[in-house]
Amino acid sequence: MDWTVLDSWIVVTGMLSAMSCALLGNYLVLRRMSMMGDAISHAVLPGLAIAFLISGSRDSLTMMVGAVLIGVMTAFLVEAIQKLSGLDRGASMGVIFTTLFALGLILIRQAADHVDLDPGCVLYGAIELTPLDVYEWGGLEIPRAAVTNAAMLLVNLAFVLAFYKELKITSFDPALATTIGINASGMHYVLMTLVAATTIAAFESVGSILVIAMLIVPGAAAHLLTDRLARMLALSLVIAGLSAVFGHIGAITVPGWFGLRDTSTAGMMAVAAGAIFVCVFFFAPHHGVTGRAFNRILLSMRITRDDILAFLYRFQELAPEGSPPVSASDVENAVKAGSAARLVMWDLVRRKYVDRSAEGLSLTEEGRGLARSLVRSHRLWETYLCNKMGFCAEDVHYSAHRLEHVTDKALQDQLVEEAGYPFQDPHRKTIP
Amino acid sequence: MNGMGIMRRAGICAGLLVISAGRAWSGGLAEHALEWPSGAELLRVLTLQDYNTRVVIIGAGLLGLAAGLIGTFLLLRKRALLSDALSHATLPGIALAFMLMVAIWGDGKHLLGLIAGAAVFSVLGTGSVMLIQRHSRLKDDAALGIVLSVYFGLGIALMGLATRMESGNAAGLSSFIYGKTASMVFFDALLIGAAAVVCILFCLLFFKEFTLVCFDAAYAASQGWPVGRLDFFMMALVVVVTVIGLQAVGLILVVALLIIPPSAARFWTERLRSMLWLSGAFGALSGLVGAGISALMANLPAGAVIVLTASLLFILSLTFGTARGLVRLGLERRRLRLKINRENLLRELYEWFETRCGTSDPGFNECQLLNAPGRPELLSLRAWTPAHFRRSLRELQSAGLLKKISSDAFGFTPEGLAKAQAVVRKHRLWETYLITHADIAPGNVDWGADEIEHVLDLDLIATLEQVLTATRPAGMPQSPHELAASERNV
Repeated sequence: MDWTVLDSWIVVTGMLSAMSCALLGNYLVLRRMSMMGDAISHAVLPGLAIAFLISGSRDSLTMMVGAVLIGVMTAFLVEAIQKLSGLDRGASMGVIFTTLFALGLILIRQAADHVDLDPGCVLYGAIELTPLDVYEWGGLEIPRAAVTNAAMLLVNLAFVLAFYKELKITSFDPALATTIGINASGMHYVLMTLVAATTIAAFESVGSILVIAMLIVPGAAAHLLTDRLARMLALSLVIAGLSAVFGHIGAITVPGWFGLRDTSTAGMMAVAAGAIFVCVFFFAPHHGVTGRAFNRILLSMRITRDDILAFLYRFQELAPEGSPPVSASDVENAVKAGSAARLVMWDLVRRKYVDRSAEGLSLTEEGRGLARSLVRSHRLWETYLCNKMGFCAEDVHYSAHRLEHVTDKALQDQLVEEAGYPFQDPHRKTIP
Repeated sequence: MNGMGIMRRAGICAGLLVISAGRAWSGGLAEHALEWPSGAELLRVLTLQDYNTRVVIIGAGLLGLAAGLIGTFLLLRKRALLSDALSHATLPGIALAFMLMVAIWGDGKHLLGLIAGAAVFSVLGTGSVMLIQRHSRLKDDAALGIVLSVYFGLGIALMGLATRMESGNAAGLSSFIYGKTASMVFFDALLIGAAAVVCILFCLLFFKEFTLVCFDAAYAASQGWPVGRLDFFMMALVVVVTVIGLQAVGLILVVALLIIPPSAARFWTERLRSMLWLSGAFGALSGLVGAGISALMANLPAGAVIVLTASLLFILSLTFGTARGLVRLGLERRRLRLKINRENLLRELYEWFETRCGTSDPGFNECQLLNAPGRPELLSLRAWTPAHFRRSLRELQSAGLLKKISSDAFGFTPEGLAKAQAVVRKHRLWETYLITHADIAPGNVDWGADEIEHVLDLDLIATLEQVLTATRPAGMPQSPHELAASERNV
């Protein structure tokens, strides 16, 4: 792999454009408007073409203005058609952006022979060529695209910081925002304007469709990683930056394995972002697939543990003094948890809640205290449900059985109070 | 009112677009104005004499028909944008299939192979969307965006590899992105035609099942229908239409054929069966006309023209649709507004006489003659514009409900009095209901009732009378608050 200064500039440009997209993308993901990013980035095509045809040059500012106008119009038309016709949001988006895209395609074809505007370039960018078009600045050659994207990133950053609270409230609760005097639809259109502008700025580097990857994927991945907005914003920036780095490295190394030179960096940036997303999807601590499965297993283990302790307590309560302890296989059958029960029993012995002898299992002093509290919760719940809620049928046992696992000391005390300091549960068993 | 505001602003937006497009035309496009076809060429295309044109036009028409039919179900299932995600997801499939075929046969341009690759990946894409939706807290929009962009990125990267391969000639692959209708050969058209016919047949065969799944999937499941399998089958048909449409209109615009015709058909009818046929017809028409136009003008990409034809149909439907079109909605709204103005005038006049003459019949006519209000008094009773007021007055007079008592004083005809009594009764019943059952202060009920009285129907009035047992069926309830007419009197 030959790494040159060009490669560094490609990565820097890619990072800047990916980060400026990702920052706004967080809000698109939170507002459930990800596809609006898709619609806008497709729809700006005629804006670009018209600006091109009017100015006859690839001057960034004209293109920016034309495309932003069309982008905001798209957001507006989608909204209008949705309200006027009762079509759902997806359909009205689909109608608007395909129409505008088709219009743009025709305009570009018409213009293609005298302006240097290639639909392919618009769709997936030409980040590999950006370092060739440079600004001279203090003896340093900086690619124009890097400057544009850095400026856009600063604008977006300023917007997000200045309107952090407003954006947060309008994203999570637009109705509340309106009642406390924040102009929710105003925020919406400012956001849409910035999305359109960012899309244009990122056009040259990642193209109109891969811009969507940078808008949505980092934000979505960050959303799975954390529940706090500020952290989500920071994480999305990191993920966007990493996608650009890994994307370019992938683009120049992976094809080498098959004996080819290289491939599209923009495409590989989207793939890298996708790979990061897949990792997060599976391995995020709380919201990842394995994380959730792990939590579920932990929970079921805890419930099995509670069941075993309570079973042993009840057994000792009923058994006459001096009778032999209950055998491990009986416990296993009683809690109906299969082989997980054996694992839990092993853990209980290890923690010294349960004594294991040749004849079977018995509670230690420590285990007894824990088990007493569980049975107490169970019987208090039964009493409460029966006396206070008139819920005395057979299955009150099962309701109490579910609730006992989530009852702590404070709740117990409250139950005692509410149930009127009872001594016996509805089945006439003493409440310990 | 909000709707009207949006309409007006949308109009301005559309106007801006036209202006800017016009400027673009004069600025840049005029230099390469389109070559308009000669009459002979037009005739050739219209009569389908040219073999190639015939193939292309018929293929595009059948594609439009199939897409319009299955798109209807897609739209009703609220999955319009899923088609966008799965069409973008086909790109890596096309590139991979190409590379695989080059590796095996040395030539990658077998349409069937490419289409098979596309189909596999669009199913994978749909599966990924479902997976993300089901197993994470991301909503469907994020899932669609992620799948669409990542698969497309993968596709671009693979295309980059494919074009750098020494053998295989990947030059035409990008036509799958934008479509290249004009290069369709007989075999392509045959494939499209066969697939379209299959889709059409299945849409008709499974009409009832699909309808059930679209409108109430939970109910269908409870009735024992295999909803999951039907859903999958429906999506499979969407995949088929998408992949055969790739070549014709390209993967970005093929969604338009699935979304726009049914959306347009929605404005004309409330019945699913007619919507289905209309949508199919719109799709077929867009395909035929679009392919025809692009056959006439060499420089226009066919996919885009087909989509713009469909968009034109959509705009026409949005405006003139007989079920939900804007013109019809506007007329209905206007009719309702006029009716409300008339009823308000009747009520004000009734209350005017009520405070002066009482409600008992004997003596009412003499009292009316003595106390009839003139235009200025009536106008000041309510915050209405003079124009609205004059119009209502005129309409009520010509309907024979009001009559001129002197040169500038108005009173009820017998029918007018009965009508006014009915209106006031509705108003007061609703006011009483609001006070007794919704705990609204008597001072505030007038406005609440003002909005609702015009839409109360007979059934609702009967129910109100039952609920408000204090009110005897025939009598006129007392107004719970001071009347504007009496304030003027003091």
